[in-house]
Amino acid sequence: MAEQLTKVFIDVEVDDSIAGDAVIAAKLEEVCPVDIFKDADGSVEIVDGNCDECVLCKLCIEAAPAGTVHVKKLYDGTELN
Amino acid sequence: MSILLDKDTTFIVQGITGREAVNLTRECLDYGSKIVGGVTPGRKGREVHGVPVFDTVAQAVENHGGPIDGSVVTVPPGFTKDAVLEAIENGIKLIVIVTERIPRGDVAQMVELANMRGARIIGPNCLGLIVPEVCKMGGIGGPAKDAAKAYQPGRVGVMSRSGGMTTEISSSLTQAGLGVSTAVSIGGDAIIGSAYAELMPYFEADEQTEAIVIYTEPGGRMEAQLAEWVKDNDSRLPIVAFMAGKFMDDDEMKGMSFGHAGTIVEGVEDTATEKIARLEAAGIRVVERIDEIPDVVKEKIGATA
Amino acid sequence: MRFYEFEARKIVELAGIPVTKYGFCTSAEEARKVAEEIGGPVVIKSQVLSGGRMKAGGVKFADTPDEAARHAEEILELEINGHMPRGVLVDPKAEVKQEYYASVVWDGTAKKPLMLFSDMGGIDIEEVAETHPDHVGKGHVSNLLPISDFEAKQVVAATGVTGSQLNRATPVLARLARLFRDNDMTLAEINPLAELTDGSFVALDAHMEMENEAVGRQKKLLRKELQIAEDDTRETYEPSDFEKNVGAIDAADHRGVIQGKDHGFTGNLGLVIGAGGGSLTLTDAVRNQGGQPANYSEIGGNPSVAKACGLAKEVLEKDGVEKIAVMMSIVSNTRVDIVARGVIKACLELGKDPGETIAIFRIPGAWEEEGFKILDKYGVETCDRSVSMWEAAGRAVAKIQGAPA
Repeated sequence: MAEQLTKVFIDVEVDDSIAGDAVIAAKLEEVCPVDIFKDADGSVEIVDGNCDECVLCKLCIEAAPAGTVHVKKLYDGTELN
Repeated sequence: MSILLDKDTTFIVQGITGREAVNLTRECLDYGSKIVGGVTPGRKGREVHGVPVFDTVAQAVENHGGPIDGSVVTVPPGFTKDAVLEAIENGIKLIVIVTERIPRGDVAQMVELANMRGARIIGPNCLGLIVPEVCKMGGIGGPAKDAAKAYQPGRVGVMSRSGGMTTEISSSLTQAGLGVSTAVSIGGDAIIGSAYAELMPYFEADEQTEAIVIYTEPGGRMEAQLAEWVKDNDSRLPIVAFMAGKFMDDDEMKGMSFGHAGTIVEGVEDTATEKIARLEAAGIRVVERIDEIPDVVKEKIGATA
Repeated sequence: MRFYEFEARKIVELAGIPVTKYGFCTSAEEARKVAEEIGGPVVIKSQVLSGGRMKAGGVKFADTPDEAARHAEEILELEINGHMPRGVLVDPKAEVKQEYYASVVWDGTAKKPLMLFSDMGGIDIEEVAETHPDHVGKGHVSNLLPISDFEAKQVVAATGVTGSQLNRATPVLARLARLFRDNDMTLAEINPLAELTDGSFVALDAHMEMENEAVGRQKKLLRKELQIAEDDTRETYEPSDFEKNVGAIDAADHRGVIQGKDHGFTGNLGLVIGAGGGSLTLTDAVRNQGGQPANYSEIGGNPSVAKACGLAKEVLEKDGVEKIAVMMSIVSNTRVDIVARGVIKACLELGKDPGETIAIFRIPGAWEEEGFKILDKYGVETCDRSVSMWEAAGRAVAKIQGAPA
């Protein structure tokens, strides 16, 4: 019947360089108010189902080294910075 | 001038560490309001956007070094009465209660104590009040940028039972060049601290206010009370009213609850149709559409001051 | 929250007001037993949350326990105004000398409870107040100070009642006022309050309503004394599937608030609207311009994308809905871009084109620039704050009726 779509409006990715960083994984999970990031045993896991809830707060971008977290607005092709 | 607030008004936020309070504190500070403290029991020593947090209202007053004028209360319904009584008993004279779903017995107790102590309550279940470019108490109008778009200083006093509609109506007055002297979101509950008629004397005494616009809904006798007040007091202020919820007069809708708690319709007295008749009999013009309001106001007070 | 008569009797009894030696029965056998204990003529009364019980045959007299059992059997199966009885009340048939009226209600203007009393009980109090105003006594009580008996005494005395009747009626009214306050009632009524031939006063019928917001703090009365289950809410009407589904989505996610109603609405234009006052205004605006709403709704607070999507999907899935109008009064803490995402997603998940399905999107306010980016991408027709709510509603109606906008 009706499907549940994910990442229609927002796509979130992290660079490989930080994907395995346990400190950053824990921090990202803590700061995101809509649970897009999960600390999966020290690795950064993106919860696809929550990406569209992104409130564009930039707390994830501020929690990681510059340019390693990518929040993409699929509706206008730009990236949050 | 304005009513109830001026550029020197100081206030606290009770429940300041809560999600909604943190937000409205930021908004009010950005707007230039003087928030001098916050109260969340157990959180003394913290700060919210630079505002010091205390355990008690008394500590906030002491820290301020003198009486504090107001409080915005966002404390959950089970604890709101306690917070408001604390504010009143510590000398606070203007209390805006944002919280909704408070049992009306509690509200009635708060209002009775406020009356005894010469304090005024706005709300509950409201977004507060705003004097454009001077002071904002509560979430009314949203972030400072947005509030500035909708609320420009002017000649019309606005009172509304719906928070959102306060801004919608004020925006239409602003766009028409009439502006707002003070806008008050009076709250949507069955019992509130300040009904239209109770705020009229303030507007009457304010030179800046030349006309009044009210937003109203079925339920309750506030509009009848206003009509009586206008007749008994020979008011200088023309009043324009907009009433929503006329579809509730339909038989299928009777007894259902829509919108605010105070809107449950019981019997003929409270229907939209009856209320409109009563208002018009007192010389209060009732319009069909929000966008008609500015023109009707201009008819009554002229297009410019 | 409404109470059955048998519950209302218990409530007044707990408050110290005299009641009859009634029994609440759920079977004919129980009714027979109670009638035997009473040992005299009885009244069998259907326990439904509806008026007109007498007319519908839900109130019968019985002279013997056998007759009581027979009547109980019938009445237990009798549907009244769409309600099946919870049980029956078996009441001793009272030897009434005079009927009085006593109640407590809220006076919203005075912001205090108001006591009402009349020596012309048993009939419609509004009628009595109109035709015999000097037979109706009124008096407010404080919300803060303890209620003293004399306050009730003054109200009773104002109707001309004196002598021992005054002294018996006074504590009844005072206790009624106290229970009104203590139990967060919005209505506490005893009609009739009967003076029996032996001079005693009893509550022959009682009607109580409690404020819904207070139900959470009246656990002792509701769960212990009256044993009412938490999910037993006694709403005036049975919610539709649409209403229940929207309620479930709202309850499952604490971010923002949604509500939907469709009782009495049968149109083709679904409404995803807010907030409270805005919803009322917009529903009027749609109807006054010839539109046929399929529902009423409210979206407000700070909702998540999922919540906005959930509401929009429920509206879209209603029978007969062809398009939805998404409109609100200027928003301060509701995010325009979040609601935009939600309603567009609802269309996509149902395999519908957002541009075609959303007749109009009119939500000015917080994050509107971001919202417009999203809506433009999906071809949704939008209005900014310079378009009034009335006009936006008119455009939605024009669109669904196929006329040029």
